Amino acid sequence: MLKVEETQPVEFSSALLAKFDEIVKRYPEGKQKSALLPLLHLVQAEYGWTSVPAMDKVAEFLKIQPIEVYEVASFYTMYFLQPKGKYVLEVCRTGPCCLVGAEKIMNHIEQKLGVKEGEVTADGLFSWRGVECLAACGFGPVLQIGPEYTFYENLTEQSVDQLIDDLKNKDLRQ
Amino acid sequence: MGRKLLLEHINVPGINTLAVYREKGGYRAVEKALKTLTPDDVVEEVKKSGLRGRGGAGFPTGMKWSFLAKPEGVPRYLVCNGDESEPGTFKDRYLMTHIPHALIEGMIVSSYALGANTSYIYVRGEMMPQIRILERAIEEAKAAGWLGKNILGTGYDLELYVQPGGGAYICGEETALLESLEGKRGNPRIKPPFPAIAGLYGCPTVVNNVESIAAVVPIVNDGGDEYAKIGIGRSTGTKLISASGNLVKPGVYEIELGIPVEEFIYSDEYCGGIANGKRLKATVAGGSSVPILPANLTLKYANGEPRLMSYESLSEGGFATGTMLGSGGFIAFDEDQCIVRNTWNFSRFYHHESCGQCSPCREGTGWMEKILHKIEHGHGTMEDIDLLWDVQRKIEGNTICPLGDAAAWPVASAIRHFRDEFEWHVKEPMKSQSTNYGLANYANPIEKKPEEVKES
Amino acid sequence: MSDLVKVTIDGITVEVEPGTTILNAARQIGGDIVPPAMCYYSKLKGSGGKCRTCIVKVSKGSEKDPRPMPKLVASCRTTVMDGMEVLNITSPEVLEARAGVVEILLINHPLDCPVCDQAGECDLQNLGYEHGLQKTRYEFERRTFDRIDIGDKIQLHMNRCILCYRCVFTADQITDKRVHGILNRGDHSEISTYIQAAVDNDFSGNVIDVCPVGALTDKTFRFKNRVWFTKPVDAHRNCSHEKCNGKVTLWYKGDDVLRVTARKDQFGEVEEFICNECRFDRKKTSDWTLEHPTHISDTSVISSNHYETFKPLPVIKENLALQEANQRELEKTFKI
Ligand SMILES: Cc1cc2nc3c(=O)[nH]c(=O)nc-3n(C[C@H](O)[C@H](O)[C@H](O)COP(=O)(O)O)c2cc1C
Ligand code: SF4
Ligand code: SF4
Ligand code: FES
Repeated sequence: MLKVEETQPVEFSSALLAKFDEIVKRYPEGKQKSALLPLLHLVQAEYGWTSVPAMDKVAEFLKIQPIEVYEVASFYTMYFLQPKGKYVLEVCRTGPCCLVGAEKIMNHIEQKLGVKEGEVTADGLFSWRGVECLAACGFGPVLQIGPEYTFYENLTEQSVDQLIDDLKNKDLRQ
Repeated sequence: MGRKLLLEHINVPGINTLAVYREKGGYRAVEKALKTLTPDDVVEEVKKSGLRGRGGAGFPTGMKWSFLAKPEGVPRYLVCNGDESEPGTFKDRYLMTHIPHALIEGMIVSSYALGANTSYIYVRGEMMPQIRILERAIEEAKAAGWLGKNILGTGYDLELYVQPGGGAYICGEETALLESLEGKRGNPRIKPPFPAIAGLYGCPTVVNNVESIAAVVPIVNDGGDEYAKIGIGRSTGTKLISASGNLVKPGVYEIELGIPVEEFIYSDEYCGGIANGKRLKATVAGGSSVPILPANLTLKYANGEPRLMSYESLSEGGFATGTMLGSGGFIAFDEDQCIVRNTWNFSRFYHHESCGQCSPCREGTGWMEKILHKIEHGHGTMEDIDLLWDVQRKIEGNTICPLGDAAAWPVASAIRHFRDEFEWHVKEPMKSQSTNYGLANYANPIEKKPEEVKES
Repeated sequence: MSDLVKVTIDGITVEVEPGTTILNAARQIGGDIVPPAMCYYSKLKGSGGKCRTCIVKVSKGSEKDPRPMPKLVASCRTTVMDGMEVLNITSPEVLEARAGVVEILLINHPLDCPVCDQAGECDLQNLGYEHGLQKTRYEFERRTFDRIDIGDKIQLHMNRCILCYRCVFTADQITDKRVHGILNRGDHSEISTYIQAAVDNDFSGNVIDVCPVGALTDKTFRFKNRVWFTKPVDAHRNCSHEKCNGKVTLWYKGDDVLRVTARKDQFGEVEEFICNECRFDRKKTSDWTLEHPTHISDTSVISSNHYETFKPLPVIKENLALQEANQRELEKTFKI
């Protein structure tokens, strides 16, 4: 259970609210709750994770009870209920990818980043975790990075090193 | 070369754009259906085609469509199932990435046939790039008048939306998908009522897999009878097979149903054999949920006849010696792979993905995972193997949705066919941590029909 | 009435309204052939289908289509057809499968009956006694949840929860505003409010009565006594709450009202939901008009009124630590 005080109150930008409005229009009158999953994706893309105040705001927007949002956000694996690194490397850990070396890749990432699954690197840039089948088994090992879930296929230790270094550099330039 | 209906133009540069897709004959099916056929005609063609659902269950699509209730004044919905999360299956991602318009064209024709004016494509949230691709393609199609109000001046209206999932395999189950689309937890519904009567928002709904919908396009273009000529017996048409594991050329292949399994694995047209010159030990032929088979039973029936890539042939012999075509996720294991480890990996998957609604699946999947973990790590006993068998039996057939069965079958079949390897883990706990059981006799020619293992 | 449909359960035929479930048809017959129901609750829409304890075998689908159903079905969510034949306690297959469900429900259960307020009126305890194995085959650490506080009226012991969803349906359908729900997924699912919030509005106390196990209990009653030492008496008062009719059961120890609950029928379901004021704030005899002692079924451990005849779960007999806890609890109770 989270303590509400741990997080800052949020105010959604008008750009975000405009996107919300557009999404709600996809569903019949009175079925606005259907927008919940897409809205939570937008919230997470904006803030990097899905905090209680943000979920409460979404509930208010959709005219549903906050618990309905918590129930949903905690059911699905893509919503982070805790802050994560800026880049979360999600590596497929399921059978077919393991046949072609996913476990080795995960070990390598753990060493390279120096943090355990789920933890955040000291610079706040990286987290990593094993996830279940990403529907790319023929191109494994694979990983993805949110919020746009960019995909990296046929991973090798070298390509992972390269990827992590590139992300670091990109961040320096920003 | 087998005929290609879905992937014929996959390598044409720019085929993901409307212009190129159109150049290659795209959207002909929409013109033909909306201008020259009634909705019932389209349903009839699909029935004639013998198309069976490509999402896993293999239920005849035309029949499913004809079950759709049509009460006056109540909207009907078509929802496309793009949740694709079954380990070993990645054909829908491939199709949506490269030829998004094939799916959109299929959605228009199918929605027309079912009388739906709003349709949704539910895509798993992890496929955000594919969601963007589809959204862009829908915009293009809409701008060109293939979607929206009064399409081609025929008076038919259709709005098409892409809905992202949130990360849950169970949302591939059609009623869980509908719950998720309604903004809820992905708990499968208790049936009846079936979606054809009360689906999305309580309205009559059809849920179809991405590939099933895309296959409607060639069916309308060439006619159901033409489509039915391809394939073998009740397995008509072409099927996308996702090939993964230790193969020379893993990837997505479109096959004519009925080619020999041996040809699929070893010919250069398809997978090109086992990678690194190794030998085949086992396969999972239809996605992680279907029974695993040793190499010998993969290639041949128990009576020595060759096994074919078709719904009937893959299930020949029942669960004793056969498997299922499922969603067409073909996973090949070479001689260095450990079946116990893979079974543990799969059971971890089902444990992780169980929605937790019904007790046998919620508690049983975790129990199986723990026992398998114990055996795999060299702490198992012979009793554990029997206990595992017993636990999977308690889950199978006794749950709200088929995820329970899907969790039980891989475990049951692994014990059924690879019991020696499980026992080796128990007898040689140290050795099993550093070496593999290897190929053993799993590729040997079958001498006699193995007697039926305990009924499940 | 030609509208009625005929269904035969374990050889006993009954005529029921079309649309009746097998479970409710069996309840109309009554007695041993009624399947146990841990999640279904006739007063809660959408409930049932989850626990799988009520499974039965349909050996004949209907007069029109006599084929048997291929799998065992949840009797609480399967409607009868005319001419249907159902096997419950006459089918070894059903009994075995049910024993399997019970075993599975117990693998992660804390088996803390000796210290549980529900002991004596717990559906799981009864089921475990009837179907349980002598020894658990589960040798892994039992799942535990962090304890959370859901207010000063209701105590939540998540470790005991069987996720029947009844309390969620109750909060949705009986109270104005649901603040608790099911979080997470699979075997990590838990009943929670997520943020610190009290489950507290006019009718929220009813979640205690619908909970089949000791996961939700009355904080105002906790540890005061074991149920089988209390004497239940039906009573009523003129409740001012528009939705509450003030009909309750008072649980007495000597002259003190220790606990107030809704009245329950023979299947353990409340007859009518009551408001929180009646439940939590009216614990004086003078608040109530007494009617008569509550009828308690002879087989219930409550009626035995004596701890020695209270039957602990078979697994407890096997477990030294639990036996000790049992003993301690027993002594504590005798001191009161
Ligand atoms: C646990 C589970 C997961 C499933 N996942 C998928 C999936 O990812 N994609 C899919 O198309 N069908 C999936 N299905 C099958 C669907 O329930 C449904 O049968 C299918 O979408 C129907 O479409 P079709 O008739 O075109 O195959 C799944 C079923 C179950 C029980
Ligand atoms: S079988 Fe598993 S996934 Fe399906 S409803 Fe039951 S708990 Fe959920
Ligand atoms: S707390 Fe009780 S009523 Fe609620 S889901 Fe758990 S067992 Fe059922
Ligand atoms: S009472 Fe029927 S499944 Fe729980």
